[in-house]
This record gives sequence, C-alpha cells and structure tokens, in this order.
Amino acid sequence: MARNKRSIPEINAGSMADIAFLLLIFFLVTTTMDVDKGLMVKLPAWSEEPPPDNNEIREKNIFVVLVNSNNQLLVEEEYMELPDLRAATKLFIDNNGDGTCEDCRGARDPKSSENPQKAIISLQNDRGTNYDMFVKVRNELLGAYSELRNELAERKYGRAYDLLNEEAQATISEVYPQFISEAEPVSVGG
Amino acid sequence: MAQIRKKKSKETPPVSTASLPDIVFMLLFFFMVTTTMREVTLLVRVKKPKATEIQKLDRKDLTTYIYMGAPRNTELYGSEPRIQLDDQLGSVGDVQSFVILKREEINEAERPKFTVSIKADIDVKMGLISDLKQELRKAQALKISYSTNPAGSPEELFKTY
Repeated sequence: MARNKRSIPEINAGSMADIAFLLLIFFLVTTTMDVDKGLMVKLPAWSEEPPPDNNEIREKNIFVVLVNSNNQLLVEEEYMELPDLRAATKLFIDNNGDGTCEDCRGARDPKSSENPQKAIISLQNDRGTNYDMFVKVRNELLGAYSELRNELAERKYGRAYDLLNEEAQATISEVYPQFISEAEPVSVGG
Repeated sequence: MAQIRKKKSKETPPVSTASLPDIVFMLLFFFMVTTTMREVTLLVRVKKPKATEIQKLDRKDLTTYIYMGAPRNTELYGSEPRIQLDDQLGSVGDVQSFVILKREEINEAERPKFTVSIKADIDVKMGLISDLKQELRKAQALKISYSTNPAGSPEELFKTY
C-alpha cells in the first residue's frame, strides 16, 4: 500500500511538437487556398418576347464583333486578327463623333460612334465557337475599356484607375461606361 | 561583484522548447480556420482559359460553381462535354432549379451579390455555354464570372491563333 503513495511520473511532452507538426503538414497538403479569379460579366434580364427594335440605337453606334465556328473574327464586316482587336475597339469607343465627350481624345470620325455613352459593343458567337477563343475576345474587349479608363485616370489624376478612390473611379467610369452585349448565339457559319 | 560576473559567463542556458508545441498548434489552428477543403470531386476535366482582365471573387460563400468539360470517366458518361452541378453531372435543364436553390441558402440581404462562377474547359463549344447562360438568365442569376487563370502578358494569349 505504501507503494501507491509514490508520485505519478510526468508524461513526456517532447513529442507533442512532432505530432502537431504532422497535423500541420497534413492540413497544408490537403487544403487549397486558391482564389477564384475570372472575367466578371453582367447578363441582361430574361424576357420572353424578343427585345423591341430600338431605332434610337443607330447603326454607327454598334460595334459588331462576330466569332465564327472556326474561331475567326469579323469586326464591322471586316476580317481581323485577335491582336488588332483591342486597338480597333479603343478607336471605336473613344471616337466621340458628336463632340459631347470632353475627356475623349478620339478621331471624331463621323462614321463611327457618337460618344462613349452611346457606343455599344455587340459580341456575337456561333454555337461552334471555342470557349477559349470567346474568353480571349471578351478579354480584349474588357481590356480596351480598362486601357481607356487608365489613360484618362493618368491624365486627370496622375494615377492608374485601380489606385483611385471610389469617387474618382465613378467619375471615370461615367465617361467610359461599359456596354458589352453578349447576344444570343446565332449561326454565323464557318 | 567579480564573483557574480563569473557566474554569469559560465555557460549559456539551453533555449527552452516547451512553448514550441503551442506555437505549432497556433499555426495549425490558423490553417484549419482559413483554408477550405476541396468541396467537390471533379467529374469533368477542366482546363481553364487564360486572361488578363481578371477580377478576384472574394466571397466564396456567395459564389456557386458550375463546372463544364468532357467527363473523366468516358466509359460511363461518354466524351461529350457535360455540366457538373455539385457532385453530379446534370443537364442544362437542371441548372435553373440548382441555381435558385443555391441562392435560397444565402442570407437575404446579400442575395444581390450572388455570383455564379463558370469553370469551363477551353475545348467546350459556346453552344453549351450559351444554353447555360440562357438558363442563368431565366433563374435571375445575372452576375456571372468566367473563371480564368491569369496570363503573364497579353501577348501570351495570341500565340495559338
């Protein structure tokens, strides 16, 4: 009975760190920390009836980009290569045909868009177009807008668009609002 | 005085490692809390396209993922691109109810921020994606994101065409 009175030996905590490390490494390996990134797009609301023929939108204010099932581009009825698309889009948006946009530096071509508020980009694709090509075209169109916004931000505030405060960003996106329409798929052949 | 100084310089005591487990546990808990386990097993092959004009989707709880691509198990599901909703392959007709159900799970105040992220393979044809977009419009899920990987430079995108 006297034996029981002896003190209980301490548990060795030296290996605790090893166990914790093992768990830590397990969690490091099995978990993913990937942040999802992508091209943000806003779809138009669904309506049963076809959109009304809007005569107010003039032909020259629409920039038609067609991608066929062979992944070829037809921009304003002319064949175009992907690397030229961004510059062509910028020219169209920034054209400022009626002179109402004070911050634009466009060529004021009477045959192109009147001002960035009225300029609409219509992206049409065939059912057979590759998703990869579609994303690339979409990327170029978004790139044209962000380049224009950045240029204006540099001129006005001397900083890139992303670094401006919300108020300044709103002023700039008012000058260059984004109007990109993804029309329903049509058979454009190939 | 001289004696005290002598005592000090005798030997440096070993650094106590008793607090090491605590430090490691702290790290462990940090990782357990901040990371999420992969929620779905991918039944389709997804190779995301590359782009430069990308934006981060920062609220994972407000995002629903839709995967598209050729099935991994071609014997069972064939080789035509399919849509994966959560853990099963579905068809275009299932998308509308799936998205509505997912949106119901979110707090009402944050529903306008609900986003659908389309993770589609580069070889998927736009026909399928257009059908999906029509279904999303019908379900009033208008904020979508084409999930992409960042490209190093714009020139990188022009290579294949």
